[in-house]
Amino acid sequence: MNQGLSDPRSSISGSAVRRGDQIFRLITVGSGILILALMTSIGIFLTWKAIPSFSHNSSNFFTESKWFPDQSTPIFGIAALAFGTFVAALIAMILAVPTGIGTALFITYYAPKKIAGAMAFFIDLLAAVPSIIFGLWGLQFLMPHMQGVAAWLDRYLGFIPIFQNRSDLYTKSLLIAGVVLAIMILPTISAISREVFNQVPRNHVEAALALGATRWEMVRMAVLPFGRPGIISASMLGLGRALGETIAVALILSAVFEVNIHISEPGGNTFAANIALKWNEAGPNGLSALIASGLVLFLITLAVNSIARGIIARRKDFSGA
Amino acid sequence: MSTQLRGSILPKWFAAALAMLSIGAALLIENTTNVSGIGGTTALAVVLYLVLQTAWSFTVEGRRHAVDRLFATLIYSSFVAAALPLATLIWQVVHKGIAQFNANFLSHSMRSVSPSKPGGGIYHALLGTLEQVGIATLIAVPIGILTAIYLVEYSRGGRLGKWISFFVDVMTGVPSIVAGLFIYTAFILTFGMERSGFAASLSLTILMMPVIVRATEEMLKIVPADLREASLALGIPQWKTILRIVLPTAIGGIITGVMLSVARVAGETAPLLLTTFLSQSINSNPFAGPQAAIPTFIWDQISSATPASLDRAWAGALTLILLIMIFYGTAKLIARYYAPKA
Repeated sequence: MNQGLSDPRSSISGSAVRRGDQIFRLITVGSGILILALMTSIGIFLTWKAIPSFSHNSSNFFTESKWFPDQSTPIFGIAALAFGTFVAALIAMILAVPTGIGTALFITYYAPKKIAGAMAFFIDLLAAVPSIIFGLWGLQFLMPHMQGVAAWLDRYLGFIPIFQNRSDLYTKSLLIAGVVLAIMILPTISAISREVFNQVPRNHVEAALALGATRWEMVRMAVLPFGRPGIISASMLGLGRALGETIAVALILSAVFEVNIHISEPGGNTFAANIALKWNEAGPNGLSALIASGLVLFLITLAVNSIARGIIARRKDFSGA
Repeated sequence: MSTQLRGSILPKWFAAALAMLSIGAALLIENTTNVSGIGGTTALAVVLYLVLQTAWSFTVEGRRHAVDRLFATLIYSSFVAAALPLATLIWQVVHKGIAQFNANFLSHSMRSVSPSKPGGGIYHALLGTLEQVGIATLIAVPIGILTAIYLVEYSRGGRLGKWISFFVDVMTGVPSIVAGLFIYTAFILTFGMERSGFAASLSLTILMMPVIVRATEEMLKIVPADLREASLALGIPQWKTILRIVLPTAIGGIITGVMLSVARVAGETAPLLLTTFLSQSINSNPFAGPQAAIPTFIWDQISSATPASLDRAWAGALTLILLIMIFYGTAKLIARYYAPKA
């Protein structure tokens, strides 16, 4: 362009860039970067404060199951914690994934349209209940009611080692913690699956029905294949929540630092519950050791959530979640 | 004419008949053997129903319909299995919490109340929760909304925006206890802050921010582009367009999102255990000294494990649920008030 045309333009609009815009943009970028910085500093600070405990450990951090970080020769490790965390989360997943998918299918394809909304709301309410209340309920209501189930598993399936109970005590076990966790992650799994099931193209569903498929065949051939990535990421997000859940588990388990495959016996411990229970009695090295176990938990949930988000991100078709 | 277009189907009364049959049989088995309790009988009845229905449907209607009915029953039962815990939980909280829940409970602290004696109240914890959550909201809301504005209005899929978006997503999944650990290591161990209500607020902030960013982002995305373009075409600067046109349009949804995040963190216990000290007395200053909160109050009462303290724990649970319901109710009202009038 020549000089004659560009001169009037600059006189009409003033400066090409407005100061207000620059400032406001900087503020918003700053907030975004602050969140990025916070997230990365979680990892940095935890690592930094965890390091002292590693040098003061006379045992292997990953294979030791005892937890005595404050004695003169500190011995501690995460073996029992990791075991308890994964077993409780696994029990939760085994129970919650099918139930959550079933609930989502019920609300999207089986329940009468008029009441489906109310039922979805009811299930979503579960997500609003704080974990301390789940813990209180699990301790005072579920635990007495679960004893019969655990005893039954012991009596009839006791030949399978995990169901065997050598103590005749059926309380405060990983099994009960797993059941409570299942209830807590169910709304997560159900809500995200429901969202994907709702986005199954209408014509896939109608085509299946028009070809004479029964309702289940329609679900199996049209809904589930379409929803598979959603189901997987929903389950992973539920898993992340189960791994990191603290208070409900801390209330239910009787903290024992040993690897015990008999899941209905009292005992068990998880990363998060152990931090909450040991925090106020820990000395300097104890705190550092707890922070180290928290760092492991952080990295595990980070990995699980990143994979879940990765699966969702690959499918841009559905929003939210 | 014997040719039929559709095969034979089970009569309409089959479900009721089978249900009665299964329950009857389950009761009979319970009496003769000892499958114990209402849970065992129900489970047995459900299994019997599934077997009988599948068998009957298989012989009358054929395999495909038998499978269809089997899965329909399983899907219906999975909903019942999901709804049952919530129903018993609500019933328990109301039933056991109502005994201690009264004006005295709401207006007194636990100062010089022995854990084993009835009496005392939750006032100190209610005050603590309101202050801690209030401060957390004051910090998290501006940062969260500004970040969402950057993501939707400025970044539009840029590299930095993608990173922020990813980290916000990942941050949603950070266990609450890790948020507490972070505040403890960063602010208390490193910067020498004392354990206080404010430290608790900071850990709640970490948990609130991603929720607010997500909610605001979703709301800003559905503001029609026409509104922005019309404003920009009139020569309004972009920052003013965002603050005066875009935000007010989305404000209902944003406030709803904020209220939901408030409801979510009001019940958080784990980060508070790490960043505050339990207190039995009223402390209205969140910046110094131990300060109670409702979740830690409940935790404390459960740990005491006396009948009186468990009563208080249930009453505390009822208080917490009511508080969260107030937040949710407010969110719904705000959403309705600002909803676009069709």
